[in-house]
Amino acid sequence: MEILFQQIVSGLATGGIYGSLALALVMIYQATDVVNYAQGEMAMFSTYLAWTMLNAGLPYWLTFFATLAIAFVGGLVIERVIIRPVENAPILTIVIVCIGLLVILNSVAGWIYSYIQKPFPSPFPERPIKIGNVVFGAHDLGAIGVTLVVLAFLYVFFRFTTLGLAMRAAAQNPSSSRLCGIRVGWMLALGWGLAAMVGAVAGMMVAPKVFLDPNMMAGILIYAFASATLGGFTSPGGAVVGGLIVGVFENIVGTYIPFIGTELKLTVALALILIVLVVKPSGLFGRAAVHRV
Amino acid sequence: MALLKVERLEAQYGWIKVLHGLDFAVEEGGITTILGANGAGKTTTLRAVCGMVKTSGAITFDGRRIDGTSTETLVRLGIAHVPEGRGTFVNLTVEENLRLGAYARRERANLAADFARVYQYFPVLNERRRQLAGTLSGGEQQMLAVARALMLRPRLLLLDEPSLGLAPMVVREIFRIVRTINKEERVSVLLVEQNALMALNLADHAYLIETGQVVRSAPAAELQKDDAIRRAYLGY
Repeated sequence: MEILFQQIVSGLATGGIYGSLALALVMIYQATDVVNYAQGEMAMFSTYLAWTMLNAGLPYWLTFFATLAIAFVGGLVIERVIIRPVENAPILTIVIVCIGLLVILNSVAGWIYSYIQKPFPSPFPERPIKIGNVVFGAHDLGAIGVTLVVLAFLYVFFRFTTLGLAMRAAAQNPSSSRLCGIRVGWMLALGWGLAAMVGAVAGMMVAPKVFLDPNMMAGILIYAFASATLGGFTSPGGAVVGGLIVGVFENIVGTYIPFIGTELKLTVALALILIVLVVKPSGLFGRAAVHRV
Repeated sequence: MALLKVERLEAQYGWIKVLHGLDFAVEEGGITTILGANGAGKTTTLRAVCGMVKTSGAITFDGRRIDGTSTETLVRLGIAHVPEGRGTFVNLTVEENLRLGAYARRERANLAADFARVYQYFPVLNERRRQLAGTLSGGEQQMLAVARALMLRPRLLLLDEPSLGLAPMVVREIFRIVRTINKEERVSVLLVEQNALMALNLADHAYLIETGQVVRSAPAAELQKDDAIRRAYLGY
């Protein structure tokens, strides 16, 4: 029973991270109909920048927020400089541009920082926290907390601020938004900036668990895809819930079904993507796209 | 004095020229209507004024050349466009739609008063303010579109076929409110319509266009009496 609880909490912690990255994917997908395959590498690169700052002796939380700021500007610049010119191109062109971005970020990180794994610190105490008979990792609980704070921040931003409202409007109906005076191009760029920020949080929260290396987000990105598919690519809340479900599911399956273990966990995520796409393509919370013809 | 003056306006979609040198004006505080059959270029004319299609010719608003200016900037000058098809944000609430209408306003102090004002014009929107705009009926969405434009506190209101697909009673209601807005708040109006009867009743000046050219320009009252116009556009 204790093992089950531990697995669930640790599943929620990684699930929150998958959910955050899935949320970043969904934010961009909703605004631009683009699946940003480079989302994971952008997060990885941000985490390396954080590592550089930490190595230079900056305190953790200062580094944390500085990294968010850099990731935000980075995402904004990537949209303006790299995505904007192909904005109206066929979807495959944009996919290829995103994959190109993925490969470039991955290689540049490897070139600057080498492919040797590096430890990345957690801001939370190393001593496990004991509740009743069950022992939880402090980082797991902390990561859940950080994820919740990020979600609350995004919810308040999109729900209650005029800028958040304008961003939602620009994503839904660009031509009407222009007639309201909303500069749609900038709203999309802001969306990329925010998504990059959310990704950076995911990167910094997952790095202490998987170690920092240029390929660390490859697996996480697949889990994020599974999460977004499960929750529905049209539902930001669904992406997060999908992440939590995937995280817990993965842990429980890995623990209780012996032949899966840790080696086949990723396969579970891929199988999940397939099953959802076959059974309910819009996901648990997504809306099926309806077109009048 | 003319608030909006359009000279030699030409517009094209790809290779196809839609407007062939249009001249018209909207007087300060006036209501001007542009009448014409399907495909005459009415919608394109409004889109051209708002910088939504590539154009040549001169467009002057309040004494200042605005051709080539971006749509987003024109909104900030006080030009509100109620587009064909209403442009509703269907997945946002009625209230959020109205907030977006005021997005480009510099002066934001009296926002509450403006909400009260448009709810007074359109009480049904007040009842439905927490509902998703996509759940409104066609007539309610048209009211929402006009209300959204009013939230800008515009100087010039461009209306694209507000009667399209609506019941006659709803159309009369909307036209009545447009007249009130024009009289009480001195908002100038440029109305594009297929329903020539309603449009001529409301407007003080009318232009007839055919295949992208003005074929007749006259006070609305005069056109109403004209036999040829009556037969061609009013059907009696």
